[in-house]
Parts: sequence; structure tokens; C-alpha cells
Amino acid sequence: MINVTGLSKRYGTHLAVENVSFDIQKGEVIGFLGPNGAGKSTIMNILTGYLSMTQGSVKIDGFDIMEYPEEAKRRIGYLPEIPPLYIDMKVREYLNFIYDLKKVKFPKKPHIDEILKLVKIDNVQNRLIKNLSKGYRQRVGFAQALIGNPDVLILDEPTVGLDPKQIIEIRNLIARLGKNHTIILSSHILSEIQAVCKRVIIINRGQIVADDTAENLSNKLSSDRSLVARIVCTEKEMLEALQTVKGVNAVTSLGRKEDGSFDFLIEPVAGADIREAVFDRVVSRGRKLLSLSSNSASLEQVFLRLTEATDNDEARRMLGIEEAAAPAVDEATEAKEEEEA
Amino acid sequence: MGAIFKREFKSYFSTPIGYIVLAAFYFFLGLYFSLIYSYGAPDIESAIMAMSTVIVFTLPILTMRLMSEDRRQKVDQALLTAPVGLTSIVMGKFLAALAVFALGFAPTLIFEIIIIAYVSVNVLSYIYAILGMLLLGGTLIAIGMFISSLTESSVISAILTLVINILVLYMSSFASMINIEWIANVINKAAFITAFESFGENIFSVTDIVYFLSIIGVFLFLCVRSLEKRRWS
Repeated sequence: MINVTGLSKRYGTHLAVENVSFDIQKGEVIGFLGPNGAGKSTIMNILTGYLSMTQGSVKIDGFDIMEYPEEAKRRIGYLPEIPPLYIDMKVREYLNFIYDLKKVKFPKKPHIDEILKLVKIDNVQNRLIKNLSKGYRQRVGFAQALIGNPDVLILDEPTVGLDPKQIIEIRNLIARLGKNHTIILSSHILSEIQAVCKRVIIINRGQIVADDTAENLSNKLSSDRSLVARIVCTEKEMLEALQTVKGVNAVTSLGRKEDGSFDFLIEPVAGADIREAVFDRVVSRGRKLLSLSSNSASLEQVFLRLTEATDNDEARRMLGIEEAAAPAVDEATEAKEEEEA
Repeated sequence: MGAIFKREFKSYFSTPIGYIVLAAFYFFLGLYFSLIYSYGAPDIESAIMAMSTVIVFTLPILTMRLMSEDRRQKVDQALLTAPVGLTSIVMGKFLAALAVFALGFAPTLIFEIIIIAYVSVNVLSYIYAILGMLLLGGTLIAIGMFISSLTESSVISAILTLVINILVLYMSSFASMINIEWIANVINKAAFITAFESFGENIFSVTDIVYFLSIIGVFLFLCVRSLEKRRWS
């Protein structure tokens, strides 16, 4: 449905997006994840034809965005970071305008009624957009993207600035739309990506550092199976006791997190399952185990480790991606270095 | 194009801008007409021609937000990612402003009818005057719209347009201050006001029509390029 090859975008001397390639199949819901300024919005703006690329190509349903912009744009609904609203218009009036602008063929009134209901703004349809709260404006922006029922939805941080209840509503809506749409969603809120997207593309400094399912990503990065235990005890005593458990490599105290107890990070030797042994040891010392949890990397930690890596090559190494997997990138980097020299 | 035209036209009247501009037009049109009439001449063309000063000061208000506001509020993202060409966007906005401008001269129809009721006049000269006014207005709107597409601030856009309008419309007055003859001649030939005044003198001049239409064309084209350029910067 979406084919992106060798996409680069240069602003003056700054390379905002560097040799990004990916394919998205029909019906996939994928998440763009990256810190602020990583290039997520730039990529989305290029996909929707708002910005042009310096290099590379974008095809939507086979139509090149530069060569057949109208055909390609007809298939995309775009919710930019800041919803593109005419604040001096009423909600319904604005949606009618977008409907005319997109030259939609469906019968007008039922189509707009349906969308108003879907994003739950039918109760404000006759209010001026300038009088709406941020959450409602965001939903009007969402409605705007849905008009014409495009196959592809590109949503740039759709839940930013919403309250928790609205976030859940929007998230459910995205999940529901994901059943018959191809969706690209960007966010720096990781739980959001985890909740709705099967596939995650992590972007850092304009490059793709990871493109995989959420589970695979966290598995790859959390080969260790450390545990965090909260035990009612004295710190010194338990440190010694845990150290001698069979299969334990190292124990560190994480300090007092809850009154009367201490937290310990217990790292096993490679491949060992030490959960039962740890439990037994605590009980045999007559102490009480309050909680025992796996320290496996959440997507959040994956994200932080990848994006804090000193460079993107290091990030790829963390994921075990061979250098051969990304030769084009190396060439581009070399070319850039030569140019700078 | 239709959708953009409709929205822009409506937006002039959902904000005070449309009303302010029309009020200014109606006031001065009425004033000039009654002044000229009090001298005993049923000369509506002169009233229309005298409006050139008024439109220099009011048109910047009409065009200042045309492009810049979209960009400031980021609505251009909706326009430019919709399946419409840049030319349709620019034309829609241009025609909306031109329509408001034309509405400003609607009362002259009533004046003309009143005059015809009492004296026999040459209707053709009225039509020429209106045509000249629409062409001049269209030209200034196209220039103003282009300037508006260069900035995000409607204030900067308005001031810049005003300055350029004054320069452009009074070019021939500036020409008289230049001592070098051929430069003065060139400026005089290119001056808007020379071309515009011929419409008031009951002369049907294809040259002047083409002159205005080509300036409109150039600035609409520049406006499209200016939108296009933003994608590449």
C-alpha cells in the first residue's frame, strides 16, 4: 500500500531524513516512534505530499506522490501535528468544506453525519471551532482526515494534549479504524504505540534504527532475565542471603521504595531461571516477599536505549542487525562525510 | 476551486473585514457620486475613476490574510495535502477576493439606473469604467495575494502591499520627477494609471486589457510558485 524507498530530506545543510525505506502492506497499523526532532513529522509531511523529498520516492497504492499527486492524495487522510482548522468556521461548515475540497463522491449529509458520530463531535457540530477545547479540536482534525474514507490514515501524534479519557477514546477509535484502514501513527508516547500498533518503526536522527514488531524489539534487547524483588528485611542481611542463591550472578540493592522493605535487582547467570530459588531463600530466612517482577525491557526502555545510543550504528548493533543489512545507509553517510570534508 | 472560493468568500463576511471594506467602498462611491452630481454632471464614470485612491488603501485589507493566515494557522496542510492542484487553490482565493471587490461596485448599478431614468447616457462608457476598475482591482489583488503568500504575518503583508500599491499606482507621478527622459518614458508607458485612465475616457483598448490581464497572470503564477517553493525549502 505504501512503498518508501531511499527517502532523504535536506534543509539547507541539515539532513533531516536520511535514506529511509519501508513498505507497508494494506491493513497494517504501524507506529513511528522517535524523540522530538527525529524526523517523524518530516517523513509524514513527505508521505502526504506537503513537503517534497530531496531524494527517493514515495508510492501510495502504486501512485507516485510526485508524479500523480492527486491520485495519491485522494487515498490519504492526514491529521498533522497541529490540526489544520479554520477557527472562524463552525464544525459542520468546516467538514462540508473539506468534503468539497476533497471532491468526495459519497452522499454528503449521511457521510458527514457518520463521521461526526464516529469521533463523537455531533454535539458540537454547530459551534465555532475557535470556541472548542483542545480535545475537541483534535477530534475535528481527526474527522477531517476521515472524510472521503481514504484507505490510508496518517496520524501525527493524534493524542497529544488530550486528557486520559480522551486518549483512551482516540486510541479505541484508531484500533477500530485499523480493521479496514492502513494506518501510520506517530508518537513519543510508547504505551500508545504498544496499545494499537503491531509493527513499530523507531526513528532517530532521521534514520530508521529499528523496524520490527513490538514484542520482538523488547525480546531482542532484554536477553537478560533479571528480577526485581521487594522484601521485608534488613538490607545487609538479604544482600548476603541472595548472593548465595544458586544461579545468581549479582545482587544490587535498589534502596527503600516502600516503608519497611527493600528492593533488590537480582541478575542471574545466563539462561538460568532463578525465580523459585529466590522465593525459597527468602522464605527460609523467615522474611516476606512482597513482590517479584521481571525486569525485561519494556518498549520504553528499548526506545531509550536505542535513541540514547551514541550513534545509529551502535543502536543497530544492539538489535543484532548486521552491517550488511543497511549498506545503503553507510554509503549515504560516507557520501555525506566526503561532502563535508 | 469551488470549495476554496466559497470558503474564502464566506470568511470575508464571518469576520469584519468584508463589511469594513464594503462600507468604505459604499461611503466613498456615494460621496464622489453626490459631489459630482451636485455640479450638475450625471457622470458616474468619474466617480468610479476617483475610487482608485480608495482601493489603494482598502485592497491590502482584503488580501492581507488570503495566503498568510492559512500558513500561520497551519491550515495549508489540509489544502496542500488534499487532491487539488495549487492553481485551483490560488484561483479560488483570487476569485473570492475579486468577488468581494466587485460587490463594492454593485451600487453603481443603482446609480446608473437613476441616471438613465432622467437623462440619456452612453451605457457603454459605464461598462468600460467598471471593466477598467475590475481589471485594476484584479491586478492589485493578484499583487497583494502574492505578497501575502510570502509571509506568515498579515500585518507585514498589509503594509508591504500598501506601499507597493502606492508606488505602482502613482508611478507616473514619480516619473515626472526623473530627469532622464527615456527612463521617465518607460515608467510612464508601464504605469498602471495610464492604462487605467483610458477606460474612463470611453476608449476600448485591447492593449490595456491585455496589459492588465498579463500582470494578473504573472502574479497568480508567482503565487503558485511561492506555494510550490515552500515544499522544496
